[in-house]
Amino acid sequence: MFILKYIKEVFSGLQSLAVGLRRTLYYFSHHKEIITQQYPDNRDTLVFPDRFKGEVVMVHDDNNEHACTGCTACELACPNATIKIITKFDITPEGKKKKAIDKFVYHLELCTMCNLCVVACPTDAIKMAQTFEHSVFNRAELTKVLNKPDSKIREGVE
Amino acid sequence: MVEEIGSTAAGDIIINVGPQHPATHGVLHLVITINGETIQKVEPHLGYIHRSIEKMCESLTYRQFIYVTSRMDYLSSHINNHACALCVEKGLQIEVPSRAQVIRVLMDELTRIASHELWWGAMAMDLGAFTPFFHAFREREAINDIMEETCGARLTMNYMVPGGVMQDIHPNFQRRVKEFIALFKSKVNEYNELVTGNIIFQNRMKGVGNLSAADAISFGCTGPTARGSGVSCDIRKLYPYEIYETLNFEEILETGGDSFARYMVRVREMSQSISIIEQLIDNIPEGDFQAKTKAVLKLPKGEFYQRVETARGEFGVYMVSEGGTTPYRIKYRSPGFSNLSALDHMARGSKLGDLVAMMGTLDLVIPDIDR
Repeated sequence: MFILKYIKEVFSGLQSLAVGLRRTLYYFSHHKEIITQQYPDNRDTLVFPDRFKGEVVMVHDDNNEHACTGCTACELACPNATIKIITKFDITPEGKKKKAIDKFVYHLELCTMCNLCVVACPTDAIKMAQTFEHSVFNRAELTKVLNKPDSKIREGVE
Repeated sequence: MVEEIGSTAAGDIIINVGPQHPATHGVLHLVITINGETIQKVEPHLGYIHRSIEKMCESLTYRQFIYVTSRMDYLSSHINNHACALCVEKGLQIEVPSRAQVIRVLMDELTRIASHELWWGAMAMDLGAFTPFFHAFREREAINDIMEETCGARLTMNYMVPGGVMQDIHPNFQRRVKEFIALFKSKVNEYNELVTGNIIFQNRMKGVGNLSAADAISFGCTGPTARGSGVSCDIRKLYPYEIYETLNFEEILETGGDSFARYMVRVREMSQSISIIEQLIDNIPEGDFQAKTKAVLKLPKGEFYQRVETARGEFGVYMVSEGGTTPYRIKYRSPGFSNLSALDHMARGSKLGDLVAMMGTLDLVIPDIDR
């Protein structure tokens, strides 16, 4: 019977719509299950996991000392030529020449946050920071020098 | 592939489907010949997001090239990285610690759920239902949070390295995954209420985009697209890698061959992935998360091939080594490209409005097709 089948289909169709609509109404009346975050407004309370890969930074302690020996392991590990290390020669008190970093240049615009440089570093001099808002007006601002001015290598790091 | 416009029959109209702009990512351009509303021919135009990843990989070392593969099928980035890591390990003959193997499989299955989750939302949105997208993203967000905590990124993690995984799992990992399993199980019924059982949805999917088992094989379809036609092609079952042969899970097969069958394969696969995660999450063995490897990896001269099952189908890495620090040639076999080739065959003779239903169930990720 075509007519009977047709009417049956109409009712089963209406029923399936009602089932879906009940779910929609449930969320309409249960506001606490909404998980949307109001991003720019909740900046102060945003917490990122400590492993979040936002940008490469160099760790400096209170005496403005870092652990980078200038071995270029990170430069070689980087797939995109993001890191460029410019070295210089320091004269130690004993009168010997010692290699040290002059500039640790980091191109944020080229970085893909793959974490390979941090893994490659033998002295844990660099790490990933949790910053993520990297928009700037001028592209040149994305090229950063990671070692702070007048910083020097920590005693005992080889 | 492109034919002259003059070759169309009388009454045929050629229309372009798909927006093109260099700034939009992952766009598919289809040139469709229609007669009235009946599709005569579908020609996919590719190349808009071609980045020559295969050529790029030739200049990167065996540690470096893995991260690039996250940018191909970005929804299964873990699984792509996994294939590359396995291929390098095959060449170096490294024994991966059992802890790393379990972590890798856990990550793969979480990625598979996240990918199917996004597909489910996007699929319903293609057919005009907007709400399911948010429901899908709610659960996907929980997975992304787990990934963010352990791997440090939400989409392109670069967590698999030759010899194991990059970092050990986060102390919270097991608790968070268990919370996610509970969340997913409480919500999965909503999917069926909202979409699967919906009469409008079913009428638009059933009998649309038919693909027979023989055609699925001849077009080289893999993954849920082929399994919807009843072709058994799960690499995890047929060519098990890592610990998949010790796990208890089903290969989902549907015999309908239409869009609804492909839809059901993916929805049911999510529950299988949950079952795999449940088997492993309490049994992560102690030990190293990474095998000891040399600082500079050099593969012996030869050819290596590794295939894995991504969320879209079979992903293969073919690698030729000349004995140096970089591969001589890398070829990727991506599932999306072969699955797309079946679209023309499916669409011929059907109505224009059904095309989105077919495209949706193929689960196309365009950077995966173009590379």
